Amino acid sequence: MPTTLKDEAAIVGIGETEYSKNSGRSELALAAEACRAAIADAGLTPADIDGMTTFTMDNTDEIEVARAVGVGDLTFFSRTPHGGGAAIGVMHQAVMAVATGSAKAVVVYRALNGRSGARYSEGVSGGPTTSDLIHWSWYMPSGLMTPASWVAMVTQRYMHETGCTSEDLAEVCIAQREHAIKNPRAFFHGKPLTLEEHQAARHIVEPLRLYDCCQETDGGAACVVVSPEMARDLPNPPALIRAVAQGAGAHQESMTSFYRPTMTDLPEVDLSARQCWEISGLTADDIDAAVIYDAFSSIVLWQLESYGFCKKGEAADFIRDGALRLGGRLPTNTHGGQLSEAYVHGMNGVNEGVRLIRGTSTSQPAKNEHVLVTAGVGVPTSGMILGQA
Amino acid sequence: MAISGTEREEFEKQLEAYVGIDIGLEDQGRDPVNAAMVRHWCEAMGDGCGAYTDPVQAAASVHGELVAPPTMLQAWILGGVSMASGESDPRDKQKELHRLFDSKGFTGVVATNTEQEYTRYLKMGDEICAKTVIESISEQKATGLGIGYFINTRTTFRDQNDEEVGWLTFRVLKFEIAEASASSSDESSVTPSRPQRLKPALGHDNAWWWDCVEKDELAIQRCSSCHALRHPPRPMCGECQASDWDFVFSTGQGTIYSFVVIRHPEVPGYTYPLVVAVVELEEGTRFVGNVLDIDPAEVEVGMSVQASIELVDDEMKLPVFRRAQ
Repeated sequence: MPTTLKDEAAIVGIGETEYSKNSGRSELALAAEACRAAIADAGLTPADIDGMTTFTMDNTDEIEVARAVGVGDLTFFSRTPHGGGAAIGVMHQAVMAVATGSAKAVVVYRALNGRSGARYSEGVSGGPTTSDLIHWSWYMPSGLMTPASWVAMVTQRYMHETGCTSEDLAEVCIAQREHAIKNPRAFFHGKPLTLEEHQAARHIVEPLRLYDCCQETDGGAACVVVSPEMARDLPNPPALIRAVAQGAGAHQESMTSFYRPTMTDLPEVDLSARQCWEISGLTADDIDAAVIYDAFSSIVLWQLESYGFCKKGEAADFIRDGALRLGGRLPTNTHGGQLSEAYVHGMNGVNEGVRLIRGTSTSQPAKNEHVLVTAGVGVPTSGMILGQA
Repeated sequence: MAISGTEREEFEKQLEAYVGIDIGLEDQGRDPVNAAMVRHWCEAMGDGCGAYTDPVQAAASVHGELVAPPTMLQAWILGGVSMASGESDPRDKQKELHRLFDSKGFTGVVATNTEQEYTRYLKMGDEICAKTVIESISEQKATGLGIGYFINTRTTFRDQNDEEVGWLTFRVLKFEIAEASASSSDESSVTPSRPQRLKPALGHDNAWWWDCVEKDELAIQRCSSCHALRHPPRPMCGECQASDWDFVFSTGQGTIYSFVVIRHPEVPGYTYPLVVAVVELEEGTRFVGNVLDIDPAEVEVGMSVQASIELVDDEMKLPVFRRAQ
């Protein structure tokens, strides 16, 4: 039995649907297509799959997808909560299942009609009286009920404390857009973004402007996780999972951790980062490229600090000279990210991490030994380091 | 109950056949544009514009002659009192469509909105005709009046030279009239009211706090054992794990720790731009609430504010903040 999750599993297949504003089909169909593509990319058949995992927010049951795809016996299935915070939490589940022998081959998926169906931008409202709804009830009456509004609150304080400006946030958006321009899957494929356009765009929730906010997308993404031994016999170069970890921090609320002594402290991100480094034995200096969760531009900055690419409060300085761009210190979100490719709750980012390791990104950095992939911010979260086998 | 299943599918297929078609009637104005009808219209509408009714003023205006009020456009082609008789031309596809809705129980009809555009002022003697097309039929909608479908029509108006002089879109809702409830004395169920803010869900852990708000108090939960204050309320003390608690009342004085100005999306019941702040109360806990009566550009971190408890709509009391004097 392993004592850590270092090098216990690898991603050997990735798959996704097209990303659109109106898929014209069910979320089940999207999930099934993404899973089928990932299994095929892995060189496996549905009969080889014995584990499935997704987000609690996914509307499509594992067994529904299994039936649709033709997966038979499942010895492992699970769910991870907290929206985009689950993006790598699901990977953690898959790696644990493979490392412990609970499953040999796990499909991780996420599919949503995020634009034509239920839109997160429309905010939270009713439902049964759970502790979760009581939580939202502290904010709904005052009108603070969308992800943009919750993240804007922390962003305002961060800007106040560090001097970070809206122009600094724009650099995140513009760097990622440069990547998206080259990515045919991206909604903003071929559409550049200038600083002037970013600044002229309307505020959604001040201080966040339109392009600081991710898209709403219809689409699905999936990947296949197996043991390193099994990976050796499969066609694609595996993306070895060098470390994977989850973290929830003190005084944690889902998106509204406004009551911490310092609101801008993100102990859950620090915790995920610390474990990633401890498990892998690597440091930030070893990371060649990154997929950093970007529901909003500002949260990219905070994660750069938590993962130690720069000191706390200095992320704006770190990125100002193009660190996130191709050729910079840390090419980031080379698919365009959720700001410019698609919002698939971070699962499209997992697939981009695998492409970076394979060397097949449309914005491929020369050096690609280790890639960091992270998950949502403001919620209990997760992160992983991918490496070449 | 609204129709469902295959009956609904077949019905909606029938509806599709109407989308895009001309309703089959060409309305020709009975009279050319004339000064008498314009004068009656202007008197009824209280419109004293000289260019419409006074030849001298009209001659001196940019028009150089009498013109008709643009908003009178549709009046030139309406059928008059016979429209109210209920009898209709059997060739009228729009009436046919309405009868189809009636046959499936969608007997209610209400006009919801219209848009118009005028290409030029009509002059005395212009002869106006109009054609109407069924532009679209919505998917089934659940509305405040009941389940139904929106029908959009577009009427294009032309003059004696076959030149377009304007257009008008008209939307009606054909809906299933909800059966009168047994307790028809309950007026609130039928009287439309303006949208209200989202109300909190109430449970064991927070209802007491909202009770305090009803009594105009901003409460802060306090651990009975270690006396640590905590907000938002929860059933156990995170410091000492005691389950017993009471509460204190805040003075409502505080400073803005962070804030946002919400612009999108605009949710019914709220006024935008909407300022929401995390306020650090002088007791030490933080509280999230609206900041009122201030230009959003003037709000800043560190600003002193004072809470008061007020009705924020017709139904809900909420602690809100204003800049401290």
